[in-house]
Amino acid sequence: MSHQALIAILLLSPFVGFLLNGLRYRSQNYVLAGSIATGAVFVSFICSVMLMMDLIAAPADQRRLTANFFEWIAVGGFKVNAGFVVDQISSIMILIITGVGSLIHLFSIGYMHHDKGVTKYFAYLNLFVFNMLILVLGDSLLTMFVGWEGVGLCSYLLIGFWFSDAAKAAAGMKAFITNRVGDAAFIIGMFILFFSFGTLNMYELNALAPTTVEASWLGAATLGTLMLFIGATGKSAQVPLYVWLPDAMAGPTPVSALIHAATMVTAGVYMIVRLNPMFVAAPNTMMIVAIVGAITAVMAATIGLTQYDIKKILAYSTVSQLGYMFLAVGVGAFGAGMMHLMTHAFFKALMFLGSGSVIHAMEGEQDTRLMGGLKKYLPITHFTFLMGWLAIIGFPLFSGFFSKDEILWQSFASPRGSVFLWVAGAIGATLTAFYMTRLMALTFWGKSRVPKEVHPHESPVIMTIPLIVLAILSVVGGFIGVPHLIGEYLGHIPNYWAEWLAPVIKTLPEAAAPHTATQEWALMTTSVTLALISAFVAYRIYTSGKGTNEAIAKAFGPVYNVVNNKYFVDEAYFGGIINPLVKQSQNLWMYIDVNFIDKTTHVISDMTKGAGSLARSFQTGNMQQYAMYIGLGVVVVLTFVLMR
Amino acid sequence: MPETNILTTIGLEHYLVLSAVLFSMGMAGVLLRRNLIVLLMSIELMLNAVNISFVAFSKFNNNIEGQIMVFFVMTIAAAEAAVGLALAVSIFKRFKEVNIRFFEHLKG
Repeated sequence: MSHQALIAILLLSPFVGFLLNGLRYRSQNYVLAGSIATGAVFVSFICSVMLMMDLIAAPADQRRLTANFFEWIAVGGFKVNAGFVVDQISSIMILIITGVGSLIHLFSIGYMHHDKGVTKYFAYLNLFVFNMLILVLGDSLLTMFVGWEGVGLCSYLLIGFWFSDAAKAAAGMKAFITNRVGDAAFIIGMFILFFSFGTLNMYELNALAPTTVEASWLGAATLGTLMLFIGATGKSAQVPLYVWLPDAMAGPTPVSALIHAATMVTAGVYMIVRLNPMFVAAPNTMMIVAIVGAITAVMAATIGLTQYDIKKILAYSTVSQLGYMFLAVGVGAFGAGMMHLMTHAFFKALMFLGSGSVIHAMEGEQDTRLMGGLKKYLPITHFTFLMGWLAIIGFPLFSGFFSKDEILWQSFASPRGSVFLWVAGAIGATLTAFYMTRLMALTFWGKSRVPKEVHPHESPVIMTIPLIVLAILSVVGGFIGVPHLIGEYLGHIPNYWAEWLAPVIKTLPEAAAPHTATQEWALMTTSVTLALISAFVAYRIYTSGKGTNEAIAKAFGPVYNVVNNKYFVDEAYFGGIINPLVKQSQNLWMYIDVNFIDKTTHVISDMTKGAGSLARSFQTGNMQQYAMYIGLGVVVVLTFVLMR
Repeated sequence: MPETNILTTIGLEHYLVLSAVLFSMGMAGVLLRRNLIVLLMSIELMLNAVNISFVAFSKFNNNIEGQIMVFFVMTIAAAEAAVGLALAVSIFKRFKEVNIRFFEHLKG
């Protein structure tokens, strides 16, 4: 099959699934709806695999399959095609989206089977996959933006899926509105790039990227990429626009796994990797990206320490891990960022689905204070979750270890890195190990705090199969990109990942300072040791049953209070931006709208009404009166005629 | 004092004044009265006032056309009276009275 046809099927299959389910959205036949949706995404997955095989077969410098379906916009010199490209970067993304997506669809059949809106749910999920594929395959920023907005819409629809609960509907709105702020910046970024380079096609932009780095803050590449990055902070939940992601956990758990962990929130990272030559030319932007990533990684991890809702912990963990990805791309380690994107998709999707399995078993309970000791009731969920836990804390040879270690090393060794970024990353890694161990201990280990009326049970096979597949991927996924240093010791495993991405990744123009293998080993050992120690401490604290909750809160006093309240960021936004804005809007409404515009129009309408009622008083419907008017009229006319 | 022939001293103005007076009486009747029969009579009066003007003009201008027009007016007046009286009869049958306010019932 030609690759145009493959790309068409890849894109349209989820859309057809969306139509099939969307047109019969009232149906409650969860088997049919789930089969259609899962099948549609699985067809896309097969197409992705075939495209990937075509790419691998092609020579390294010709790995780019394009499909131009039609000319979308042509206004003067501005041309945008409905063009889609599968290359080294997007092929990885479509495999993740459709592969992990298929597993999550499968899981959803079990998770959502007693929900009344199950068909609508699967329709939304398919629509999301369709938009996500447009986002990653589009060959221009505008095509990408279509998908960018589309996934935002689906995210909104799915967060507010149980919209009869006001808090959940509000969470959906929060996500949507926060993303609007970022999207506005994204559009401005597109304007700047188009104005300066005359195209929105990403390959042309990359080819036109300045060859000498821009030192100025006001250069086209710097400003444009900075604006695009602000767009990414919205979509990918970075400081300062991360606030929507924790609230997005109001949606069904598989949605959190697919949209708010594995795929959509990584769109910002993908966009930066896609435009990496442009970002390389703008070191100021990259510095901002790295700093924002590091701050996010640490800040979200600290909030994660104090949460009790199992999904909230995972949500803050996601924000923190996304921070790592931005830290990576910010120091120019685009390959490492993509690598972490992939491994994170595996282990975070796994853990979200695992938490879904736990919530399913606990009959909807999400508070870890009411869990504990679930290991014996949920053996498969526990074991797969354990694999995810080992991956995320960076236990050696698990997938998260390779990707996170590479990011930490690059944040130190890259010409655009610094020791401060490494320290922030290492602190983040330590905190990650702590809160993830805390989550494991509170949920699965220790004594059971499950209420008597709840009887936890292992989930059905349809839910455990995705868990098992993702667990395997979380364990072995890292071996695709083993860092050179470790690969040497493990029998000369080459770094396939770096080789694969090399043709589309621009190397930094600055010369790297010489670093020795000893340094790399030392840093790696330090961060892993810190993580393991912190995991052990968390294990001791939270399985012993003592020293929990109040004791810890008391020990850290006001610090705990600030962190537990998420640094009062929401309150600050409300106090500093939202409430004044609402207040000013009310003033505008009161004084401009009600007292000026409304009053003016009322005067006009009152005049019309008065004239109308005056005219109406002549139209009584009384024939004799009409005859009199005729008579009077005749008299008046005659008077005029005769007096003239 | 020469004898004055009353027929020769009556000029066009007299006929027209009479016509105007009759027309105004008829008009007043149409505007003010509520009884359908009286209304029809008043209309008849107005038509005949006009007829007087026609005949007078015809005589004094030596033009026969005015008199021809009078026949038409009389024909129309007869037809109109027939229709009007038929309506009056049906109104009377229903309401035992011929006040024109009952015509409001014809509203759709």
